[in-house]
Parts: sequence; structure tokens; C-alpha cells
Amino acid sequence: MPSLFDKIWDAHCIADLGGGTALIAIDRIFLHERTGAAALKSLAEASRAVVDPSRVFAVMDHIVDTRPGRGDGTLMKGGEAFITETRAACHAAGITLFDVNDPNQGITHVISPELGIVLPGLTLIAPDSHTCTQGAFGALAWGIGSSEAEHAMATGTLRVAKPKTMRVTFSGALKKGVTAKDMILRLLADYGAGGGAGHIVEFTGDAVTALDMEARMTLCNMATEFAAFSGIIAPDEKTYAYLKGRRYAPDPLPDWSSLATDPDAVFDHEIAIDASSIKPMVSWGTSPGESVPLSARVPQEANAKALVYMGLESGQSLEGLRIDVAFIGSCTNSRLSDLRRAADLVKGQHVAPGVLALVVPGSSAVKRAAEAEGLDQIFTGAGFQWRESGCSLCFYAGGESFPAGSRVISSTNRNFEGRQGPGIRTHIASPEVVAASALAGRITAP
Amino acid sequence: MMPFTTLTSLTMPLIRDNVDTDAIIPSREMKSTGKTGLADGLFAPWRYLDAAARTPDPDFVLNDPTYSGAQILISGENFGCGSSREHAVWALAEYGFRCVIAESFAPIFRNNCVRNGLLPIGLARAVPDELKSAIITIDLAAQSIQFGEQLLSFEIDEEAKNMLLEGMDAIDLTLKQKDAIQNWQSNDRSNRPWVYL
Ligand code: SF4
Repeated sequence: MPSLFDKIWDAHCIADLGGGTALIAIDRIFLHERTGAAALKSLAEASRAVVDPSRVFAVMDHIVDTRPGRGDGTLMKGGEAFITETRAACHAAGITLFDVNDPNQGITHVISPELGIVLPGLTLIAPDSHTCTQGAFGALAWGIGSSEAEHAMATGTLRVAKPKTMRVTFSGALKKGVTAKDMILRLLADYGAGGGAGHIVEFTGDAVTALDMEARMTLCNMATEFAAFSGIIAPDEKTYAYLKGRRYAPDPLPDWSSLATDPDAVFDHEIAIDASSIKPMVSWGTSPGESVPLSARVPQEANAKALVYMGLESGQSLEGLRIDVAFIGSCTNSRLSDLRRAADLVKGQHVAPGVLALVVPGSSAVKRAAEAEGLDQIFTGAGFQWRESGCSLCFYAGGESFPAGSRVISSTNRNFEGRQGPGIRTHIASPEVVAASALAGRITAP
Repeated sequence: MMPFTTLTSLTMPLIRDNVDTDAIIPSREMKSTGKTGLADGLFAPWRYLDAAARTPDPDFVLNDPTYSGAQILISGENFGCGSSREHAVWALAEYGFRCVIAESFAPIFRNNCVRNGLLPIGLARAVPDELKSAIITIDLAAQSIQFGEQLLSFEIDEEAKNMLLEGMDAIDLTLKQKDAIQNWQSNDRSNRPWVYL
């Protein structure tokens, strides 16, 4: 009667440390330049080596410039040091690095699946909270801090408090124009940004199995916004088809058919959502849980601090709200299928006057594939900037931002105060909603 | 790491839910690849009217002289959510905090606290008013908070408690189990050879 999570946990448990904590074997580690250099430097200062560097990977995604023709330089003051120090530390430790202009460069959680680094049944950790994205492949993948990254590199293990289990079942079919982004925003709106605290959340139900792998990643991506330990989806034929032939995936693929929750498994918590009732969503506040259907109004009992920051009033309608910026990117929604759907909407049209619009592909491979299909031409023809891949303006590193006080419709995952720059007002939504809003200059349904 | 045994201090109330790590230390304040020099950027978005000029916002609790020297921060639900940046904990610790009491914590932040000698106390209910802006005594071994005549107990898992009490380095602790790890790995190499690259 174990769940998928229990099976992976038990298979990786080296020792019971008592009090609900276990020593868990770690199969893959991923670092990025924002936190990677700190972890590697601190490890080296303690004269500790990386035990198995062949299973540790690193990439430049957070601070790296996304303007065309980039090198190590960044608009962030001191940003270049993160890049050069990470590079030196990776070389010294013998870690595979996907460097600034490597053809495999991209956002950690986009390239790890692309390269077949994440695989079903593995444990994978990264000092990045959106590592949960990779749970879409049936792996136990979770975010940690720098100290734990050091621990994993030095020992091949982590000391982990066993999370509780939660199953979120989406049944029924999604309506046209409704996406995985709307599913997760609906969950957050209904159960709050703390709703999954301390739980590993398995997403299941026919609406989940119907999703392609890229949409499943979007769903798992925001498990961290639910305060969950991570999200996970059982692997199936779609998972295997996606992974087959990827650079680091085994050939042939092993038999992963036992990686599923047993029918009689019991979860600590169950949530059921009728997928057919989900509407396109948008956030209004400064926590991802502060989201509503696009057609709804800002709630009456809205948190006052968030209203002031966002320049909104209770009862105000979100549809029709003027925007200054439209941003398509991030590990949530910047894969090829996201860009295709957005391009479909903007084809032959133009961004509204005065709106700054950008598309930042999630990886260099996504960028090349999009260009091969002519998506870049559709976007630039419609007045969008077309960037090199990276996290870019998903967050404000201290360099590039949007014009002060901008209202941004964004395909990202966080609408925190200042997340995209001081005073920037972020509304998160699907790439479709972002594209449609870019054209209209106002928050608009696709 | 400095052990945490008991602590008597004034508490500083920052009563909000979902205080995220971007608010605790914005990315722009993480200016070097090291773990220090962060205290000045702690809560920068709320603490300064103008972050570049470092003009303090007199209405923000960190700038209220009443609370100078307070080593315990009190907050609401889901404290430390968002980015996994350990800088949030490093900044709090460097500023002088040794304990955060909240209704709940985001999991990565909580683990980061334990790794750095900062005690996270989750109360799983509204923080009693008497705890706010009060001088209280925390006894980790007894898992108790004393304020005035009252005594409140709190939950914490064994692993975190021991690590904090002893000020232990988790890596050293784990390396004591080197043999178990090696045994596990050599078995695993034959069971799942495809995992090893
Ligand atoms: S795209 Fe945004 S959320 Fe994703 S890893 Fe980068 S900064 Fe974090």
C-alpha cells in the first residue's frame, strides 16, 4: 500500500536517524551561479571534496545576461563575479558546467529534463526552491539551501525529515484555454499559499495524466508556492517517450513500471478539484495564493497591505486593468509548447502602444527549436523582444528591471513585493493570458 | 555553529503572513558570493524608504529604537516562503536574531535555520499577544517559552533540537555513518547501475 513517494523514500533510505528523520541517498545535484559558488567555496574552505562529481551539474541561469550578444558581464553590480567564481569552483571540483554560451545552457529546471538528468525514481536536489518542477518525471526532487547542498556534495546524502503525504486529484477535462498554470493557481487560491506545508504532494487524476510533460512541469513548478516539500507525478508512457534518447538518460530505459502509488495507499491529506470548473486565473496580490479567475473581482476581504502595494481596491475587476509590461519566461512557462501557444495568439498582430513585451526562452535548446519554427519572427514581428535564455526578469537580481512602478502581466510563479524590481506590480498568469494582455494593453482573457 | 541552549530577550513583532525570502533579503542585496555582509540588507524593501540611499522608514519595526538588541523575531504564517536563498537566514543571524517564532515556516527556510544555529519555533496557532514586544525566555532542552508567569511549550523534531543544542555540524555528523553510506552505495551500484554516470 505504499504511495509513489513512499517507494522512492524507502529505496533511498540509508539509515533511520530517529524522530522522523532519515539519511537519504541523493542521486543527482544541480547548482546554479546564484547559490552554487557560495556552496562550493564553503566546501573547499572546509577542505571537503565533492564525493561524486559526475552526478553533480551546474548551469548559469540566474544572473547571466539575457540580452543578445551576452558574455560574462551583467547589469547587476558585481554580478560577473558570481559567474566567474562559479565557473572556477565547478572546474576545480570537476563538476559538469553548462556555461554562459554552452548550447545546453538554460534554466536549471528546463535543462535538467531536456538532458535526461532527472529520471523517474531518482532523488534530485538543487539549492533552488523550484526544483519541485522536476517532480513531473516521477522523481523526488526538492529545493534546499546552500548548507544542505554542501552536505549532499560532501556525503552523497541528506538528513531529511520525512514529509507528510498529500494527494491532489484533478478530475474531468479542462475547458479550452485553461492550462496547467490555471490548475495550480486554482489550488493556491482555494487552499492558500501555506496549504501544502510539510507535505509531498502527488498530483493525479485524469486531468493530470492528460497533460503533456511540459504542462506537468508547470503544475509541479509551483508546489513550492503551496509551501509543499515538493510535487510529484507518477511516470507513464509520456514520461518515457520524453526521456528516450536524451543525453544523460540510460539506453535502454530501465523498467519504471512499479513507480506508481498502490491503489490502497493512504495519504495524510486528500484534495479533489473538478478540472472542468477551472477558469483562466490571474493573481491580484503579493502572494501566489492571492489569485482569482480572470473574470472575478479583487476579493472584498483582500489583505490591505497587498492592495496598497498593487494599487488596487477591493471589488475592482481585474479584466481590463491597464498593464505596462508583458513577460513570457521562467521555469514555469517558457518551454516550446508555452511559446507556441503564445505565438499562436500574437501571430500577425501587434503589442499595444506603450507596452514593453518580452519573451525569454527557458533554454538555449528551446530558443533554437522556436527559431527553427519561426516563432521568434512571430514575436519580434508583433513587437516583443526575443532574448537569450535564462531566468531574466522572473526576478530582480539588482541589474535589469522594468520601468519604476510598472504593472506587469507575467508567466512566472512569484508576485512577491519587489520580486521583479522595486515597486513593480506583478500579476501572474498563463502565457496565453500574458500574450492576449500584451496585445490589448490590458489584462485580457485569451 | 554556536549552540542554542537558552535565550532571554525582547521580542520584535513583525506580524504578517507569508513573509518571503525576497522581503527578508532581496536578491539585489546579495552582493557577493559569500555568506557575510548581509545584515545591512535585511528587510531592505520595508526597512528603507529609499534602499539605495539607506533612508530608514521610521514606521518599520526594525527601525524602532524600542526594539534595539531584540534577538527574537515574531511573525505569522508561512514565514520564509519563496526562494531557497540561505542568505535570508545568514542576514537574520548576522543582524543578531537567534530565534524566529512564527505560526508556521516554509520548509526550506526552516532547514536553513537549523543549519545555522537560528531556532525556528512553529506555534501552529496564533501567536499569543503576551509574546509580542515582551521579554521572554526560551529553553530549548525543555522546549518551553517563559513569559511573565506563563509557560508555553513548543514542538520541535529531535534532529533539529539536537543539532541546535550541540551546535553540531551536520556534515561531520553524517560522516560518522560513512560505512553505512558506502554499503548502501555498493549495493545500489549493482541494483541501479544506470544511476551512476
Ligand atoms: S526562472 Fe525564476 S523561479 Fe525559475 S529558477 Fe529562475 S529565478 Fe527561480
